[in-house]
Amino acid sequence: MAIGETTATGSVPTTQMSGREATAAAERRSVRKRWLLVSPALAIIGLVGIMPLAIIAVYSFLSPGPYAGISWDPTLEAWLNVFMERDIFDETLGINYAHASIVTRSFVLAFVTMILALIVGFPTAYFIATRPDKQRYLWLFIISLPFWSNLLVRTFAMMLVLRDNGYINSSLIYLNVIEKPLEIIFTNTAVGIGLTYAYLPLMVMPLYASMEKLDFRLIEAGYDLYGNRWKVLWRIVIPLVRPGIIAGCILVFIPAIGAYVTPKLLGGGKNLMVGNLIANQFGTSRDWPLGSAISLFLMLMVMVALIIYVRNVISEADKNA
Amino acid sequence: MPDTVALPPRSRPFDVRYMPGFTSMAWLCLIGLYAPLLIMAFFSFNESRSVTTFTDFSFRWYQIAADNAGVKDATILSLKLAALSTVFATIAATMAGLATTRTRSFKGQAFVFAVINQPLMIPEIVTAVGTLTFFGIIKQVTGIQSFGFLVLAHTVFCIPFAYMPIRARLEDMDLTFEHVAADLYASPWKAFRYVTFPMMLPGIIAGAMLAFVISLDDVIISLLVAGAGETTLPVWMIGQLRRGLTPEVNAISTVLLGVTIIFVSFFFFLTFRKRK
Amino acid sequence: MSNPAVAVEAQGVTKIFGSGEEQVRALDNVSVTIRENEFFTLLGPSGCGKTTLLRLIAGFEHPTDGHILLHGEHIAHLPPFQRPVNTVFQNYALFPHMTVADNIGFGLEMQGMPKQDVARVVDEMLTLVRMENLGRRRTSQLSGGQQQRVALARALAPKPKVLLLDEPLSALDLKLRKEMQIELKRLQNETGITFVFVTHDQEEALTMSDRVAVMNAGNILQIGAPRTIYDHPSERFVAHFIGETNFVEAELIEIDGRNGRVQLPSGAEVPASLPDVDLSPGKVTVVIRPEHVDLVPDAGVLQGTIDNVVYFGTDTHYHLHLDDGTPFVARLQNQRDSAAAFTEGDKAGITVKDNAIQVLVD
Repeated sequence: MAIGETTATGSVPTTQMSGREATAAAERRSVRKRWLLVSPALAIIGLVGIMPLAIIAVYSFLSPGPYAGISWDPTLEAWLNVFMERDIFDETLGINYAHASIVTRSFVLAFVTMILALIVGFPTAYFIATRPDKQRYLWLFIISLPFWSNLLVRTFAMMLVLRDNGYINSSLIYLNVIEKPLEIIFTNTAVGIGLTYAYLPLMVMPLYASMEKLDFRLIEAGYDLYGNRWKVLWRIVIPLVRPGIIAGCILVFIPAIGAYVTPKLLGGGKNLMVGNLIANQFGTSRDWPLGSAISLFLMLMVMVALIIYVRNVISEADKNA
Repeated sequence: MPDTVALPPRSRPFDVRYMPGFTSMAWLCLIGLYAPLLIMAFFSFNESRSVTTFTDFSFRWYQIAADNAGVKDATILSLKLAALSTVFATIAATMAGLATTRTRSFKGQAFVFAVINQPLMIPEIVTAVGTLTFFGIIKQVTGIQSFGFLVLAHTVFCIPFAYMPIRARLEDMDLTFEHVAADLYASPWKAFRYVTFPMMLPGIIAGAMLAFVISLDDVIISLLVAGAGETTLPVWMIGQLRRGLTPEVNAISTVLLGVTIIFVSFFFFLTFRKRK
Repeated sequence: MSNPAVAVEAQGVTKIFGSGEEQVRALDNVSVTIRENEFFTLLGPSGCGKTTLLRLIAGFEHPTDGHILLHGEHIAHLPPFQRPVNTVFQNYALFPHMTVADNIGFGLEMQGMPKQDVARVVDEMLTLVRMENLGRRRTSQLSGGQQQRVALARALAPKPKVLLLDEPLSALDLKLRKEMQIELKRLQNETGITFVFVTHDQEEALTMSDRVAVMNAGNILQIGAPRTIYDHPSERFVAHFIGETNFVEAELIEIDGRNGRVQLPSGAEVPASLPDVDLSPGKVTVVIRPEHVDLVPDAGVLQGTIDNVVYFGTDTHYHLHLDDGTPFVARLQNQRDSAAAFTEGDKAGITVKDNAIQVLVD
């Protein structure tokens, strides 16, 4: 006791600060440093990434300006116009079939894209995950490489394939399967194929990530307990990689539903999707409030998808942890 | 009555990993992904105007593209834009990476991740129109017209891509290394300079490469946000595609594809080299 | 005030991690004095606080309460890079982007030593750990044992006053571990540096240390030379953690300093060693090591029935239960070609060698 007292009060003044205080001070310093380090990223994204969303949220409740932009008359008209339209003569409200069909088309195309990507991506990811280690990374690299290349370049390549005198049609005519070219380009089919082509790697990557962790002893156990290939796949593999499946579906669905380039180039102006509708409001149609309202509506759909993702995948991860 | 046991039926070892049809599907996927790109690249070397019938091998369309003033300007602008956004995004992402990984989980961590990944979660078209209106207001109020706006818009969506490999790299790096440095008399700055930074450098380079490629690839944001005269290469291309196809677009696309392949290969090499 | 023979002193050190309900008390008012030039081991199961104490000395953690002194001076306020103390980390943590020589020279360079001097010390260190000519290697090209030696050399190069070793042998296989145990002892003798060694392996602790501190749940239970810890454990945990032990309920009937007499359940009265605290006669627990007993056909001091006989090569383990049901193990050395003296179901008497009964505190 005596020793403790002398040393604490006398010889070394720097230790006057108690352990708790010193720990707290160190903690405060590291917290300050941390926020200093993240601040540039937060500032840039906050200002130029998040602020604009607030602005279009405001715009969606204003009226369109005479030429473009907005005028400061608060109204719900833009939100109403997302799905409704006023009759030109008697001003009664009716459903805006053009908008409704674009939204429906976007939803259906994004969903079909997701399913197609899953059908192709699942076996591919499984195949990659069952390769020897060295081949795996090569496969993963090769499958993901197109994703990083320019979307425009990929869509352009698809145009060359699907055109009336493109490679598919000329091959089929050459082989005498058909006489005149199939109309593929500028149809919903073309947009669906284009979207699947564009976002397929986004399905394979998360699927692979969860399959890589798959414990193949569990599959051995499945076969040992009289499961055939199909039952093992259905009862063991798929439930185990479910988080990967959901992640892949969401990753494909989100960019697909907001697609702009693919429907523009492969849909040929008549098969618009929400993305094109939004762009038109800020372009030729000059209805910024409506464009803003549709943007927010699109974001809402994406948020719903994300919430499904979070609830399924994250909560599952928590359960396992 | 045979006095020996009958020979067993011919058997193959049972492969638990095998699933019928999966292998063919994987190869189909591979062919499906690459065939259009390879055919596109192939026709860029066509002598004639056609993008469907190959006549003779030539670099004619590369020459035409290179001589096209519009292409040249757009390429320079795209490279400048990508380089600047990459620098800013990589610096911001490196700092954020350091702040979010070398510590225990902290208050506000979820918020930081949400903000950094925000550009990935919002459909690009929404970001594009939002940025368009936001910059519109600023330009109206201040009267400033600047290339900086486009750089800023690109920096935003490059940050999460640069952040990904940097964070992954830092998370793979055991915190012990900094402890060792501190134990061996390195001040915090020296520990960063001689240990943390050299060890995280592959992650930073990988992040910069992704950011560069992502900026170079962008169509929608450039299309909507770019000011008058600011035509990036993809924006120039999308204009060209409306006019009818010539192998000139094939040639430009092939070059872009080549650049991406080189950068992404480097990225993969840096990211997966160490892991077995 | 400060004793020059003291290297490290912890005074009433408490370390609490987290706060509120998740609060964990990793160290609870721990005081310990580590002498200069001694091989001191902190031994305990994982989570006992041994690594925390080491990290407090190194400076990676800050004590919530209490003082840490190095050669009589307070160091709790100093960051790790200002403490003349070096650590050998559990998984070596050799810098992968540097050569062996760069790793070893790192601390000296950070201290600002001129390059040629660094090179000289690095060579000395390479010789010391018997890794001459390997300075230019990449650390990834080294075997586990070599990496271990580099980690040691790196921590020893700046000539620290105290070397801290955090389970440095746990990643090695058994044979290498035995070699490194001898190697560590040699290095400690040659350098004369105080070693503070953390381990959960009792054998490692017993073979290398000058003194051992047995820890559990944030407390130091007993400090002493390996032989004292083994032969005279003062608490049930210490006896249980180190080696195999029999616990027998007994009655303490006579006390004479550190010696006494106990009455065993069989009624036999035998001499026993007492722990270094004040005890009063009454119910106690005694420990008897399995190798300190013999089995005899007649009564002995304890009687039991053999449940199980297990042959181990050098010796045979007899698992018994005493007449009151207490399990008991006897370990008898085998003679060449001798058959087991007892088989399952046999009744046997147990005799205890001199001075082999230790009374516990609890």
